[in-house]
Amino acid sequence: MSTALNMHYIVDGSDFTTAGEASTAVKMSLKKLGIAPDIVRKVAIAMYEAEINMVIHAGGGEADVMLESDKITIRLIDHGKGIPDVELAMKEGYSTAPDTVRSLGFGAGMGLPNIKKYSDEMYIDTEVGKGTTVTIIINLH
Amino acid sequence: MKVSELCKAAGFTLVTDKQDNDREIGGVYACDLLSWVIGRAAQDAVLVTVMTNVNVIAVAVMADLSCVVLCEGVSLDSAALQKANENGVAVLSSDKPVYETCLLINKVMCNK
Ligand SMILES: Nc1ncnc2c1ncn2[C@@H]1O[C@H](COP(=O)(O)OP(=O)(O)OP(=O)(O)O)[C@@H](O)[C@H]1O
Ligand SMILES: [Mg+2]
Repeated sequence: MSTALNMHYIVDGSDFTTAGEASTAVKMSLKKLGIAPDIVRKVAIAMYEAEINMVIHAGGGEADVMLESDKITIRLIDHGKGIPDVELAMKEGYSTAPDTVRSLGFGAGMGLPNIKKYSDEMYIDTEVGKGTTVTIIINLH
Repeated sequence: MKVSELCKAAGFTLVTDKQDNDREIGGVYACDLLSWVIGRAAQDAVLVTVMTNVNVIAVAVMADLSCVVLCEGVSLDSAALQKANENGVAVLSSDKPVYETCLLINKVMCNK
């Protein structure tokens, strides 16, 4: 597979019922392309967590998925409030999620640790008041 | 054991359309916090929960779970039911609490 494939999604920040739509679409596309199921699962889990974070914590944003011969890169860009202390945010159990989303099952403070667990590389580029870009790389081999 | 066999043997009710309940079950995971589920539940696991919103279904899809068992007789909200049917996620209903539901699943799977 030498051709690169790009997918672009707008993630609506106002509606929890559509949250996860971009990740769902990516999962289906990768499956159709014949990517190995365990890789597809890693991509789906990592991207879903980042997508949900964008909805809960940043009012939505955009997601880009790039498929290359050796890896899948997912970049989630938002213009939300940013993360003041990334090291703290990465800790299992740390969450600033409001009660309204806790009642939906979020706010365990496990999303970012899950992204790290299921990706091969993870980068967070964030500035308070400006926004956050999360980059997830998953190797195909 | 298949989802359809679990449903029958445990006396659960199938909430979703007759789809994907031929999936093979690989383990059980009980939790209501979605990031725990997506991070820790094994592929093909049964998710035992009392959460009923659309995000539960999204998690089942992302983590490739075999089915969702809703406890205490709670019912899916309509957006969640629609998403489950669209994505082929089987949802079963148990009238028992989480612990008793897990015990029942264990019993049924051991007798298989
Ligand atoms: N895109 C983002 N913009 C602003 N803050 C964020 C963003 N993503 C994460 N955070 C911050 O990092 C914290 C930890 O995120 P993480 O995903 O680990 O947990 P959570 O979203 O609070 O709960 P969970 O993911 O378990 O449902 C969040 O509570 C929030 O304060
Ligand atoms: Mg999160």
